[in-house]
Amino acid sequence: MDLNSIAKDTRNDILTMTTEAGSGHPGGSLSSVEILVSLYFKIMTEDDVFILSKGHAAPALYSILARKGVIPMDSLQTLRKLGGLQGHPVKGPGITVSTGSLGQGLSIACGIALARKLDNLPGVVYVLLGDGECQEGMVWEAAMYASHMKLDNLVAIVDYNGWQIDGKTTMNIPLYKKWEAFSWNVTGTEHGNHIEGILSQFCFIAKNHKPTVVIPVTTKGAGVKKMEGNNEYHGKVLTKEELKECLL
Amino acid sequence: MISTREAYSLALLELGKENPNVVVVDADLSVSTGTHKFAKAFPERFFDVGCAEQNMVGVAAGLAIAGKTVFVSTYSMFLMRAWEQIRNTVAFDNLNVKFICTHSGLTNAADGSSHQCLEDIAIMRVIPNMKVVVPSDDIETEYYVSHTTGPCYIRLGREPTPRNSMGCRSEWRYGKDCVIYATGTMVHIALKAQRELEKEGICVTVVNVQAIKPLYTSMIYHWFNECHKAISIEEHSVIGGLGSAIAELGIPVKIIGTQDCFGESGTYEELLNKHGLTVDNIVKTAKEMCK
Repeated sequence: MDLNSIAKDTRNDILTMTTEAGSGHPGGSLSSVEILVSLYFKIMTEDDVFILSKGHAAPALYSILARKGVIPMDSLQTLRKLGGLQGHPVKGPGITVSTGSLGQGLSIACGIALARKLDNLPGVVYVLLGDGECQEGMVWEAAMYASHMKLDNLVAIVDYNGWQIDGKTTMNIPLYKKWEAFSWNVTGTEHGNHIEGILSQFCFIAKNHKPTVVIPVTTKGAGVKKMEGNNEYHGKVLTKEELKECLL
Repeated sequence: MISTREAYSLALLELGKENPNVVVVDADLSVSTGTHKFAKAFPERFFDVGCAEQNMVGVAAGLAIAGKTVFVSTYSMFLMRAWEQIRNTVAFDNLNVKFICTHSGLTNAADGSSHQCLEDIAIMRVIPNMKVVVPSDDIETEYYVSHTTGPCYIRLGREPTPRNSMGCRSEWRYGKDCVIYATGTMVHIALKAQRELEKEGICVTVVNVQAIKPLYTSMIYHWFNECHKAISIEEHSVIGGLGSAIAELGIPVKIIGTQDCFGESGTYEELLNKHGLTVDNIVKTAKEMCK
């Protein structure tokens, strides 16, 4: 399976569906593409669970769920329309829990991981956060609790694209050390928008009674020249004309 | 005579014995909320997240998603800081999480306003999917804790409450001069007022409103139609609670509760007196209405 090709299709889906919707969050969806493609097409097994805590990357998740056959391909065109795919994920096929309000996914993941430990069930709970999202206090409540409870069946991934709505996420620096201080295994890559870069990170996950956080450095708007590193596209979509130029 | 929180503590222990799927999440208040008995008996099914109420709600949601029957307890006031998590995760996804909160109303008297909660019925009942129940004694507490599926908010007090002796029956004695809708700690006060009023020739019906949401509307309408005059009383703000829920049905009701104000330190008795949550105030109000 060519994961790079899937990533390219996913990017095109994100651009097309957000333009069709007339709104959405293409920047943070595009930065997450390699993370999601790697998880869904290579890393996760049937025993695993995924939570999109940065719910505004919903277009990326919807595209992948459609390409996995979990939701219909033509549903992508209903994004943000009445009766269609919601602007942020809602519990349903392929979606474990509704998200969208930042900071909540890690705690939920902790609860699922705890239940699995209690019932001796296999599998890993994966949860994807944004770097801006790491400013939510609840993330650190959960981070403290997860290491206290030795949840080594929990893996958080922080899509470290360096931007949030109002500017750079400099407040988070040093992000790696913060997670280390909360007694997590921390691993990272500078190549968060390369499939191999992401896959390499998941080799390092230790079963040492600690939860693990993977922090790939990504590019907001990755893969689309006009959008790369341009924070305007956090919540702005391409026009129909621009879409024609930008499709990969 | 025991408090509703003690009744919860015992009921939870029994539920833990009956159902291995029951888990409990608390935030560093297990001795006060009464979950410590469950914790001692079933340590592996008890999760104390520390002073972290938002995480408490998220962890509870995760446990429920994984199929557990989840009880969450803290003081009513401190659950409110996680309102958004309750709304966006537990209620929106309709998860089987039961919020059983103690020290509601003015019952945490000496600790003062920061630990008292006069707004919880209002802000919990406004959330879709959320049930809101206020038991008035130990029997009702045991019943609702065991039989209400989540998402629900069950509001308990700290102080011992007299048993109303009727189990979960909703109406006491029938008088057609006025109906008094009461909830939680105010039920036994309303029953005392009923006896006082009877001495003065005013016969009232007391309706014990245990479930504020969903509201037993046919019963509420029935007694208003019988009596044509209505009073409500609750240990909660007059804004958004039981009285408001009744008024939303189009019933003109004189609402007794705390006014648009905060609590303060004092004895429980002093605070009830200050806010008019008394037999005398009900008697006075009913007499004025029945002139």
